[in-house]
Amino acid sequence: MAIFLNENSKVIVQGMTGAEGTKHTKRMLASGTNIVGGVNPRKAGEKVDFDGTVLPVFGTVKEAMEATGANVTVIFVPPAFSKAAVVEAIDAEIELAVVITEGIPVHDTAYFWAHAVATGNKTRIIGPNCPGIISPGKSNAGIIPANIAGSGKIGLVSKSGTLTYQMMHELRDFGFSTAIGIGGDPIIGTTHIDALEAFEADEETVAIVMIGEIGGDAEERAAAYIKENVTKPVVGYVAGFTAPEGKTMGHAGAIVSGSAGTAAAKKEALEAAGVKVGKTPSETAALMREIMQAL
Amino acid sequence: MDLYEYQAKDLFAAHGVPVLPGDVATNPADAKAIAAKFGQPVVVKAQVKTGGRGKAGGVKLASTAEETEEKATAILGLDIKGHIVHRVLVTPASDIAEEYYFSFLLDRANRTFLAMASVEGGMDIEEVAATKPEALAKIHIDAIKGVDAAKAKEIADAANFPAEVKDQVVDVIVKLWETFVAEDATLVEVNPLVRDPQDKIVALDGKVTLDENADFRHPAHAELVDKAAENPLEAKAKEKGLNYVKLDGEVGIIGNGAGLVMSTLDVVAYAGEQYGVKPANFLDIGGGASAEVMANGLDVILGDEAVRSVFVNVFGGITACDAVANGIVKALEILGDSATKPLVVRLDGNNVEEGRAILAEANHPLVTVVDTMDNAAAKAAELAAAGV
Repeated sequence: MAIFLNENSKVIVQGMTGAEGTKHTKRMLASGTNIVGGVNPRKAGEKVDFDGTVLPVFGTVKEAMEATGANVTVIFVPPAFSKAAVVEAIDAEIELAVVITEGIPVHDTAYFWAHAVATGNKTRIIGPNCPGIISPGKSNAGIIPANIAGSGKIGLVSKSGTLTYQMMHELRDFGFSTAIGIGGDPIIGTTHIDALEAFEADEETVAIVMIGEIGGDAEERAAAYIKENVTKPVVGYVAGFTAPEGKTMGHAGAIVSGSAGTAAAKKEALEAAGVKVGKTPSETAALMREIMQAL
Repeated sequence: MDLYEYQAKDLFAAHGVPVLPGDVATNPADAKAIAAKFGQPVVVKAQVKTGGRGKAGGVKLASTAEETEEKATAILGLDIKGHIVHRVLVTPASDIAEEYYFSFLLDRANRTFLAMASVEGGMDIEEVAATKPEALAKIHIDAIKGVDAAKAKEIADAANFPAEVKDQVVDVIVKLWETFVAEDATLVEVNPLVRDPQDKIVALDGKVTLDENADFRHPAHAELVDKAAENPLEAKAKEKGLNYVKLDGEVGIIGNGAGLVMSTLDVVAYAGEQYGVKPANFLDIGGGASAEVMANGLDVILGDEAVRSVFVNVFGGITACDAVANGIVKALEILGDSATKPLVVRLDGNNVEEGRAILAEANHPLVTVVDTMDNAAAKAAELAAAGV
């Protein structure tokens, strides 16, 4: 098991022939991901050699899916073209679209999300502005370094890329069923709650780490969800206690507005839901360590 | 990016939203001249990117041109919640029959947009929402269908706008939506939206936040940036493509990834409590962490006179720690004598041993390598407190 991505996933890359796409296609291949092709309308029909693995380039997501049976797309298309790329993936009804691109205008994200909803939510969207998803030893769709940690029984969901890596590193002796970076934009596809629901249902996952940061109220809503629906132990971490009001801290969505979106409020909500919240990443890892050792 | 009121109203006017005429003055004499041009009475309004101007004495009525000069003198230079007033908007005073509230904003929880409207405007809308939620209509907007006249009427009906002005309000709502979409805004707010005694609807105030991710399709938005009001270090960082926020502390922070840097600020704040020191900035150098980027980052941070130590906190993911260590060593070479503050470096992740070996080999007198984030934060706080 694992969530959203597993050993049967067949992955295509939209924007495979661009600089980022090329670099990360190589890395995903090296970590064992079954990549079956790329999409670029201007290079349809060409083949690209990635250190010995020759991958076909298709003109559209639909053609790529028909030819290869792909069910996952990883999107590295630049911000100005991301809306069209995601809409195309949704229209092709691919199961999972992982949108790595940072800097997509929020009106474009709102548009493709509305399009996904209007067409019946056939495509799960992860991101945008995210590191992607890894089910160690099975598949890696995105830019998470595959050698940080191996497979295990912890599920990890995080708004932040590097905190995902940090937490995987701290708990590398236990390993992960799936680690998923949902992204730091104000509007994202897959949420903490979606991942919590999937981890709760996943037989392989025995405990969950949830990492949040300032801005919005996703953590508060996740806390309410955990209280009602999650029986597996959850450990939390929230970044940004010292962030000043009204300043965007790197991620477009990481901003405290007035009294809303503070780290303190998120921590309080999580603790009220029975989630143990670490003050630092290392303390959070230590809390999870205790849980794993007691299981 | 938040806009000033006068900039917001310029955008409104460009999209057909009714606003009052007005001009901006940076000194009392200009304010007087504007009042003379428009005729009196006028309102003199502080242009700051924060709320609560009225309570802070930043909005004043003037009945003569001379009085306008006096009021402008009083308002210019005011400190309103940390924002110094550098310009005032001088605009004809309007007679007000009723005050309404209207906004379009992002609804993060529902992953779409929201319209908020109330016939009880003028005051703090958060207070209306808290004390009289039934008076604030909230209508979700489909991001694809948007807001046409029918949707605008639905919103106006939900908020109980009076029949005599409803058609005008509907028209204003449609035009505000056009502003919201055409300008790639994440917030368009009018408080108050005013009905005058002649039943004319006017946007008396305006607040607009633009999405900087959409700058690539709005070259004109670059002109809305108030370069003079930017923190010089933030401006310098922006020029170099760095994600930097100046804070009020002594420990400079460099890290990779927004989440890790936010976390680093927290850990330094905890460690600094006993020494009375705090993080001096947020600086995310992203995944690359090349020597050039590292040198640019250090250059910006060391330009902050308050900084007494620097904590470099990097997790080697895509870029391995040996590359990051080489980056630090080369950055110090590039900076030469201009690097004078102690650096505490914590590396972890890919090739961490090689990275630490490179730093040990370089043996730079300013650099201390510490194994964990918590211990490194403590060391950086201690060094800042010592003021080395």
